[in-house]
Amino acid sequence: MTGILFDIKRFAVHDGPGIRTTVFLKGCPLKCLWCHNPESISPQPCTIEKISRIGEQTFRNDEVVGQLKSVNEVMEILEKEWIFMDESGGGVTFSGGEPLLQHEFLAELLIACKQRGMHTAVDTCGFTSSEVLLKIAPLTDLFLYDLKMMNSEKHKFCTGADNQLILENLQKLVSENYKIRIRIPVIPEINDAPENISEIILFLKSLNGQVEGVDLLPFHNTASGKYKRFEINYTMNETRKPEASVMDAIKKQFEEAGFEVKIGG
Amino acid sequence: MTPRIKKLRDQSLNAIYRISAERALLITDFYKNQLAFGDSIPVQRAKSFRYILEYKHICINEDELIVGERGPAPKETPTYPEITVHSLQDLDILNSRSKVWFRVDEKTRKAYEEVIIPFWKGRSNRDRIMQQMSDEWHDSYDAGIFTEFMEQRAPGHTVAGNKVFRKGMLDLIADIENALQKIDWLNDPKAFDRSEELKAMKITAESIILFANRHSDQLELLAEKEKDITRKAELIEMIRICRKVPAHAPETFHEALQHYWFIHLGVVTEVNPWDSFNPGRLDQHLYPYFSKETKAGTLTAESATELLESFWVKFNNHPAPPKVGVTALESNTYTDFSLINLGGVKPDGSDAVNELSFLILDVIEEMRILQPSSMVQLSKKNPESFINRAVKIAKTGFGQPSIFNTDAIVQELVGQGKTLEDARNGGASGCVESGAFGTESYILTGYFNLPKILEITLHNGFDPRTGKQIGLKTGEATDFQTYEALLDAFRKQVNHFVDIKIKGSNAIENIFIHHVPTPFLSILIDDCIERGTDYISGGARYNTNYIQGVGMGTMTDSLTAIKKHVFQDRTFIMSELMEALVSDFENNPQLHYQLIYQTPKYGNDDDAADDQIREVFDIYYSAVNGHKSPRGADYRINLLPTTCHVYFGSVMHAGPDGRKAGMPVSEGISPVQGADLQGPTSVIKSAAKIDHLKTGGTLLNQKFSPAFFSDDSAIQKVSSLVRSYFRMDGHHIQFNVIDGNTLRDAQKHPEKYRDLIVRVAGYSDYFNDLGEDLQNEIIHRTEHENF
Repeated sequence: MTGILFDIKRFAVHDGPGIRTTVFLKGCPLKCLWCHNPESISPQPCTIEKISRIGEQTFRNDEVVGQLKSVNEVMEILEKEWIFMDESGGGVTFSGGEPLLQHEFLAELLIACKQRGMHTAVDTCGFTSSEVLLKIAPLTDLFLYDLKMMNSEKHKFCTGADNQLILENLQKLVSENYKIRIRIPVIPEINDAPENISEIILFLKSLNGQVEGVDLLPFHNTASGKYKRFEINYTMNETRKPEASVMDAIKKQFEEAGFEVKIGG
Repeated sequence: MTPRIKKLRDQSLNAIYRISAERALLITDFYKNQLAFGDSIPVQRAKSFRYILEYKHICINEDELIVGERGPAPKETPTYPEITVHSLQDLDILNSRSKVWFRVDEKTRKAYEEVIIPFWKGRSNRDRIMQQMSDEWHDSYDAGIFTEFMEQRAPGHTVAGNKVFRKGMLDLIADIENALQKIDWLNDPKAFDRSEELKAMKITAESIILFANRHSDQLELLAEKEKDITRKAELIEMIRICRKVPAHAPETFHEALQHYWFIHLGVVTEVNPWDSFNPGRLDQHLYPYFSKETKAGTLTAESATELLESFWVKFNNHPAPPKVGVTALESNTYTDFSLINLGGVKPDGSDAVNELSFLILDVIEEMRILQPSSMVQLSKKNPESFINRAVKIAKTGFGQPSIFNTDAIVQELVGQGKTLEDARNGGASGCVESGAFGTESYILTGYFNLPKILEITLHNGFDPRTGKQIGLKTGEATDFQTYEALLDAFRKQVNHFVDIKIKGSNAIENIFIHHVPTPFLSILIDDCIERGTDYISGGARYNTNYIQGVGMGTMTDSLTAIKKHVFQDRTFIMSELMEALVSDFENNPQLHYQLIYQTPKYGNDDDAADDQIREVFDIYYSAVNGHKSPRGADYRINLLPTTCHVYFGSVMHAGPDGRKAGMPVSEGISPVQGADLQGPTSVIKSAAKIDHLKTGGTLLNQKFSPAFFSDDSAIQKVSSLVRSYFRMDGHHIQFNVIDGNTLRDAQKHPEKYRDLIVRVAGYSDYFNDLGEDLQNEIIHRTEHENF
């Protein structure tokens, strides 16, 4: 069994408990305006020109984004980080793109991780069929579940899909008592208004069960260079990272509603 | 921080570094007037020690609680002309150089010109050494193959053990008398030597008591004049203490600190030892006093803190004695290397962390000064709260404390033949060097430039810089048909130069044995008294000589590049590589690109690169281990650079790892600057691929931006990172927590960053005091900003 990865990041410390390795699977059903990994959206490998520098000199070389890897190959890489996972109570996080887009590959990876005793987290946008999600859920120790906004039309405008399926899926996972942390990318002028946060809180309160906590991920503009390199249209060049005061206010809003909140994950 | 400490700390930070001719004039006077004519060498040395302590100026700074200065005032630094004599040119350089200057006033210069130089020129120990060294030693030294620590500073790389605190000088004198009684005049061929050495030891023990009493006398004068009633009471207490210690063993916390401080001054006045002596396991030594007194109510956490902070200032008042000649290039720094150890295990192997360990960590955080440097020993038995506290201080960005693996150190020392208990009483000193505290004489003999030897191997034993054939003729680079053939030639060249180095070091050691015994240091280190033998002559229970390998990362990446591109992939041929190296890549930028960007690099947990570090390690280890010194020390390796990686890079043309001509080589076992692209876990995995337990210490530097340590959970993760490295037997790790922009700004506006301390390599220094190349190198080290 093989899948397409676009990156593996060692010493990932913001994607769940402990020291983790994050495996980025390529391909995503959404197209968020603020996407930090635009190269991850297409499911196919692509070639880009990589520019390297030595002093004033530049060197150009083709680089493939997206590697076909077998489960064993991925496990060999994860194995290198075993001691750090073991020592820190960390593990593996599958992210993307949207990892559930390659759910068969993902399921085999999750099983292999379980066999090795590695804690697993799946970072998902939730835009998938509930059958797939419920197949993956028993193999997963923790979901990092993205919620962007409650307004369905705005959601569609910003991500290319409305949020009905996403909300339903979250409801199902919660009602079956899976462990979930909610992740909210905080995008200035898009979803940082107190009203949006109140709506999210109302929704989370209405669920038939508890989430573990909420991670607030402040928008940053470090991806603008990537958009240029990959020649993808980017509309958020002018957007700046949210003010610390805004982040603190949102954090407070969640805390007052009784949620455990972290800024930065 | 109390107002008193703030004042003393400011005084120390603002004091001007000066050369003092006081000690030099006293010792010149002593030898010139032949005050010990006819005595044996050890007794002469002991009497000269007494002469200095009897006549040197007694300095008591306003408001201080711990007294005693090596020079006439804070940061006034004595010289040791009997060991190495500064020329007028040296003094002028020290006075005028832009970094790390020592002011030399007209009076000092005149004393040198008229009295000190005329007497010692040609008669110092360094002169003896330079005359004794072979041509091949001089050629290798000039080529930058190795340095020699002992050519201008005396051996003394050791640390106080428990005995220093438990016994007073009178107890030690009783031990000396006892040893004198036991000399076997019927059968021992060395009976006379032992007797003379023991007599010398006794004189030094008496001298330090005399020195302490002179402080009491001075304090009495001050107390008489003192109007402030609180201060007067303090002075009276200090008079009592200085009459009691170090003659008698200390019984209170204050006494213990003052006791140690007199002993410290004795050690650094007797000679100019490397890595000046330090109290080692301070939280262990002081805990009995702390515990007893806090229970009795005579000491509070606040008063203990103030005393410790006074003690800290004393260390900071004492810069390293400045060097002479070109050696200033190798180590341009003020700091010496007193390294306070905290934590670790007790002699029975149990967790040694106590409440004083945490109190001292608070002191370290509050003081933020260069000396003493500090480290925590982390055993698997120590609690999480301890390592987390240490990491929290490290994140404030002044490079302390560094973190050491107790369980590895104990295994290293036991592997060298020490008893388990002596190993558990040990720790790390200087930069990262393992030692059995109180029982071992371990001497660092110098740095060894491994990448330079590869350069010489590729030139068939010829040094392109000095234009001399200094190595073996192992074949032209283009003649090697296989990678293994090249590696074999490299091995032969390493063996060749290690042999030259060791022959030189052994000759130097003999010169020290005959001319510069250290009877005062000897009474402190077991079993010098029992054996009636000096520290430098094999009197210590354990004896080790180290040669510090430099440039492991550069070496590894260079071999990997040649292996891959020349022998495996045939990307280019050897002659193309050699032409590119000689032209500093000017003729072939594409090849330069391939070396940097298309070659596996050490530090990424990639065996394609890391296999070579194992090879280099084995070659170096096998070349050094197994040799013996005149005093019976075993030669061993450790892997640390201090600042020598800058000097070693400066003597080389471009390297196969893509390093430009003259640029620094890698430091310690850290990857080449900027070559580690996979983050700290990969660096740690790569670094753990060598067998740390076969060394006497390795140095791994990891730089983090302050942003990384944002909250407790991040600190916990860094602690886990350290624990993981230590599970793999890693010896040491230190964190440089600072971002590049801050450092660049500090280069532009040094005035705004007077207190900016960075971890250089095994020790910390003021960023402003570093040379520009070293500053650039620190900026360049990988910043893990994007985690």
